[in-house]
Amino acid sequence: MEFLSYLISGISLGSVYAIIALGYTMVYGIAKMLNFAHGDVIMVGGYMSFCAMSYLHLPGWVSVLVGMVVCTLLGIIIEALAYKPLRSAPSLAVLITAIGVSYLLQNSALLIWGANPMSYPPVISGTLHLFDGQLSISYVSIITVTACVLIMLGLTAFTSKTKMGKAMRACSEDKGAAQLMGINVNRTISLTFAIGSALAAIAGVLLCSSYPTLMPTTGSMPGIKAFTAAVFGGIGSIPGAFLGGLLLGIIESLAKAYISTQLSNSIVFAVLIVVLLVRPAGLLGKYVPEKV
Amino acid sequence: MKKILAMLLALSMIFALCACGGSKEETKTETETPAAEAAPAAEAAPAAAAGAFKLGVQGPLTGGAAIYGTAVVNGAKIAVDEINAKGGIQFELQAQDDEADSGDKAINAYNALMDWGMQVLVGPVTSGSGVTVGAQAYADRVFCLTPSGSSVDCIADKDNFFQVCFTDPNQGVASADYMAKNYAGAKVAVIYKNDDAYSQGIRDTFVKEAEAKAVEVVYEGTFNESTQTDFSVQLTAAQAAGADMVFLPIYYTPASVILSQANAMGYAPTFFGVDGMDGILAMPGFDTALAEGVMLLTPFSADSQDALTQNFVAKYQAAYGETPNQFAADAYDAVYIVAAALEAAGCTPDMDAAAICEALIPVMPTISVDGVTGQGMTWAASGEVSKAPMAIVIKDGVYVTP
Repeated sequence: MEFLSYLISGISLGSVYAIIALGYTMVYGIAKMLNFAHGDVIMVGGYMSFCAMSYLHLPGWVSVLVGMVVCTLLGIIIEALAYKPLRSAPSLAVLITAIGVSYLLQNSALLIWGANPMSYPPVISGTLHLFDGQLSISYVSIITVTACVLIMLGLTAFTSKTKMGKAMRACSEDKGAAQLMGINVNRTISLTFAIGSALAAIAGVLLCSSYPTLMPTTGSMPGIKAFTAAVFGGIGSIPGAFLGGLLLGIIESLAKAYISTQLSNSIVFAVLIVVLLVRPAGLLGKYVPEKV
Repeated sequence: MKKILAMLLALSMIFALCACGGSKEETKTETETPAAEAAPAAEAAPAAAAGAFKLGVQGPLTGGAAIYGTAVVNGAKIAVDEINAKGGIQFELQAQDDEADSGDKAINAYNALMDWGMQVLVGPVTSGSGVTVGAQAYADRVFCLTPSGSSVDCIADKDNFFQVCFTDPNQGVASADYMAKNYAGAKVAVIYKNDDAYSQGIRDTFVKEAEAKAVEVVYEGTFNESTQTDFSVQLTAAQAAGADMVFLPIYYTPASVILSQANAMGYAPTFFGVDGMDGILAMPGFDTALAEGVMLLTPFSADSQDALTQNFVAKYQAAYGETPNQFAADAYDAVYIVAAALEAAGCTPDMDAAAICEALIPVMPTISVDGVTGQGMTWAASGEVSKAPMAIVIKDGVYVTP
């Protein structure tokens, strides 16, 4: 029964990682850039919904929408101001810009909301008790897992079925050729950022509902873990990000429970190294040999 | 396009500079006495009005532990204002941010204060920083009185370092004793932060004393800086081990997560905290109902009826709009203790830091100070304070004595 509890907390944690990793992987898959500011967009999403709930007294689901709208706009603005001018620059320049944006967001949050951590009121409270109360699952966990699966399925359908999704995949394969075929590459990439940032807002709300401390650095550690999850599952692959996030959460949780609470992070990253040694492109990643 | 980018970068740099400037201004206080520095004619004026002692405070003013540093600075300011208003000894105060770091940030904050001409350090606020800065201050011969750096390592082997708060062993021992007396037969789980000297120190002595007093520890879980957002595994394990009391020798930020996660999983043991738990009720957005029944050992209660406490709490509320926590109270006392020691040692503001340090060291074990965190506080030559801890329980969102 304890094993089930550990497994459930692992799945719940993993689902949060997976939602964040989906954002990373979308942007990487299409724009071929690592958006290190993604973790901080999560933090902004958390703060926005926090403000909507605590200061404007809006209901939980409205606050999620507020967070999503603000983060989507923020994502588009960041992309337009910081990344678009660097479209043809070397990828290292974009990477460094992304780190800069990350610090800008963190420090702006520090100026606006201060350094004191806030306690995030859960969007949904309550717990489901099973087997005479031996096993309890909080509703937040259930919603997190459900949201994660829905988002994963939605994104897969979006990229494979819709016209815009096809344009995204085309850009991902070859930007130049896509442009020649009449696809507006810039608009496609902006849309990707908008989707990624909206996902970040959802992730922010779910992250803070399960692990309720909100401060300007809230997004950085989950951001790094989710990035790891994206690489683990094969960066650029949507089911890969989902699988990677889930596995990462479960490994972390079980390692904490059965091996050592101190070594859990080391174990997670050791597993990552082993996986990358065996499958350099990640679990579901496609290995594309470079032609010389 | 490039021009726009360059403009943006320039703008963001200006923004960053403004941010730095802003925080510096905040940390500087307005307590500088008029013409205190421009008083070379010290011989002409009465000795007391000749100048002011430069009092440094260093602690986390930003970051996760910022509530402690800000509380300490606020508490110290009130004491400085009161003492300056009385005449006699005068103080100037400057605060520097060390982000509760135990590395170069702590040393940088200390160096900034030294450059300013600090004569006595009230701080550092946190233990990690206290160990680092303490070693440097020992070499430099600067007198340190920490309001809240409770680790033994802060005072160990240093004759110039004194504490206002209890040491960690003292807290661990007192907590175990309290449990043995009031919760006989309790099964205790301990969740502590093992990359933090403060938490580790309390846990070590607690476990030792618990064994001696036959308090049963059924589970021990750890976490660290990078894993302090999720405790579901530790809590599940504690519940599975049958713990009906959870000892949390940690700061209130992770404690708030533990309380809300335990509530979400329907686990309701008695939570027992130490002085780091103080501040949880003031956390923005925290549902105080979650803290109902939480116990903590603290030497200060804002509800206490004695005149000293009432005066301090009223002034603090008027100035900062919130109830002072234990850190503010420790800092308030610290400034009064420094004043009492300076008076007893007959120090004057024209003495340098090292001379003041040598003068204060023999005086500290001889003085006794009444403050808001204890009556008749005395010190051992080792730097440890002697005062009585008090158990507090949170009821309806306020501290009450059980």
